[in-house]
Amino acid sequence: MSFLTLDHVSHHYFSKSGYTKALDNISLSIKEGEFIALLGPSGCGKSTILSIIAGIMKQTAGKVLLQDKTISDSDLAIGYMLQQDYLFPWKTIIDNVMLGPKICKTNSVKTKEKAMDLLDEVGLCDVADAYPSSLSGGMRQRVALVRTLINDPKVLLLDEPFSALDYQTKLKLEDLVSQLLKTYYKTTILVTHDIGEAIAMSDRIYIMDANPGSIAKVFEVPLELRNETPFLVRRHPKYQLIFDKVWEELDKKAQEGGALK
Amino acid sequence: MESKTDQHLFENFKSELKREKKVVFIWQISILISFIALWEIASKLYWIDPLLFSSPSKIVNLIITKFGDGSMITHVQVTLFETVLGFLIGTILGIIIASTLWSSTRFSKIMDPYLVIMNAMPKVALGPIIIVALGTGYLSIITMGAIISVIITTLVVYSAFNEVDPNYEKVLKSFGATRWQCFKEAVFPATFPAMISTLKVNVGLSWVGIIVGEFLVSKQGLGYLIIYGFQVFDFTLVMASLVLIAIFAAIMYKIVERIEGWLIKHTI
Ligand SMILES: Nc1ncnc2c1ncn2[C@@H]1O[C@H](COP(=O)(O)OP(=O)(O)OP(=O)(O)O)[C@@H](O)[C@H]1O
Ligand SMILES: [Mg+2]
Repeated sequence: MSFLTLDHVSHHYFSKSGYTKALDNISLSIKEGEFIALLGPSGCGKSTILSIIAGIMKQTAGKVLLQDKTISDSDLAIGYMLQQDYLFPWKTIIDNVMLGPKICKTNSVKTKEKAMDLLDEVGLCDVADAYPSSLSGGMRQRVALVRTLINDPKVLLLDEPFSALDYQTKLKLEDLVSQLLKTYYKTTILVTHDIGEAIAMSDRIYIMDANPGSIAKVFEVPLELRNETPFLVRRHPKYQLIFDKVWEELDKKAQEGGALK
Repeated sequence: MESKTDQHLFENFKSELKREKKVVFIWQISILISFIALWEIASKLYWIDPLLFSSPSKIVNLIITKFGDGSMITHVQVTLFETVLGFLIGTILGIIIASTLWSSTRFSKIMDPYLVIMNAMPKVALGPIIIVALGTGYLSIITMGAIISVIITTLVVYSAFNEVDPNYEKVLKSFGATRWQCFKEAVFPATFPAMISTLKVNVGLSWVGIIVGEFLVSKQGLGYLIIYGFQVFDFTLVMASLVLIAIFAAIMYKIVERIEGWLIKHTI
């Protein structure tokens, strides 16, 4: 049974001087607990897809269904981590994290404890009372991740969540997040530019095409890789195989794009 | 060894700063003193007409006697009361109007030309109409003080609302926030610095409104004293009122500056 469905979704951005077709006829369906990755060139509409699923924008055509309900009718919590952290500079770290509970009015001592636990898990509990301006880019990204997780969303939309991290922290955090999401059976869409990350974390990879944004190809990640931690996936013999296939596909796209210009 | 020279360099830097501050201060004081001295001498030696331009000693004497017999205190109190109230009403009302404009994009579009006209209009020209409508009491004068700052506050704060990065709202909307929650959590706090910076401008504007208001109607206040002194040809009184206005306006400005610093420190 499909949990999240995009049915022939298109999106246009309008302005006075014209319009951009950002998405063209996107159809995909995700089962509960699945982890999928979106991979594609800059400007192919990845962030647009996430914003539509999060209910921040309304698609100009097509349907988005979450458990057979439209996004605006569904009352399932969706966690959206934007491409940049957008921590509120006038709030302390803990207050930033507690933003979700505050908006949903589930603010309590218990959620605060949970926030501290989560901060602790990403190694940031000692900066809880600091302001975002005193944190590094990687630390801020981790705070944004915690802010996204705090409301216990059933669906997670992660827009390049690890892009500002050093390689080591990134691998550690991938493991942590992957394990968290598996234990709590979350449905996740990850946007990334890192092929390795997409393979290591997801069950399925959608390769996207630009101008207008559409799905070019879908890769299933082999079953053997899905149950490993992201760190170990990278050493698995099958990893290189699928990496090469994805690489080839993206490379082909890049060359076609180049030839067109 | 190294840290010692570092410390030494820092000490040097600090004493350099102190010296610079001293030099600036000495210049400032000497300009003030020479201005007053020159004025006094010019008046004593009839380079300028002492009847028109008075002299510092006469002004100081007048201020001391008028404060001594208590007649000045009421005037100062009245003017300060009106100015502070006009300032507060103008600022707060401006922020409230800006918020209502933000709450409906269509409303703000409809209001746009009216705001532009009201902003371009010299507000003190409305004085007579305000007096006709509200009478010749405090109310008219306070309205003058408020009206002069309310439109500019509205425009500045409203444009600040619109410049808030929409991605903060996106974060909130992803949690299912309502428009009011977006306003409370993102738009309003993000524009707080802009609101605070209107405070300083509004202090000056309120003084203009109040003094003009007092010129027009009142029986009390520093603006009234200026007009009264002018009518009875007592220019020492006019000058004394001006000096008091300068002093109190500067004090109020400094207080607002302090409040500003405090607010910024405790909210951002
Ligand atoms: N607010 C907007 N107004 C107009 N056009 C937009 C807007 N946001 C995005 N676009 C356009 O829509 C297309 C898709 O944008 P989107 O941000 O979804 O790309 P992306 O795949 O997330 O890119 P990146 O990898 O660089 O983040 C781009 O061509 C972009 O120019
Ligand atoms: Mg993007």
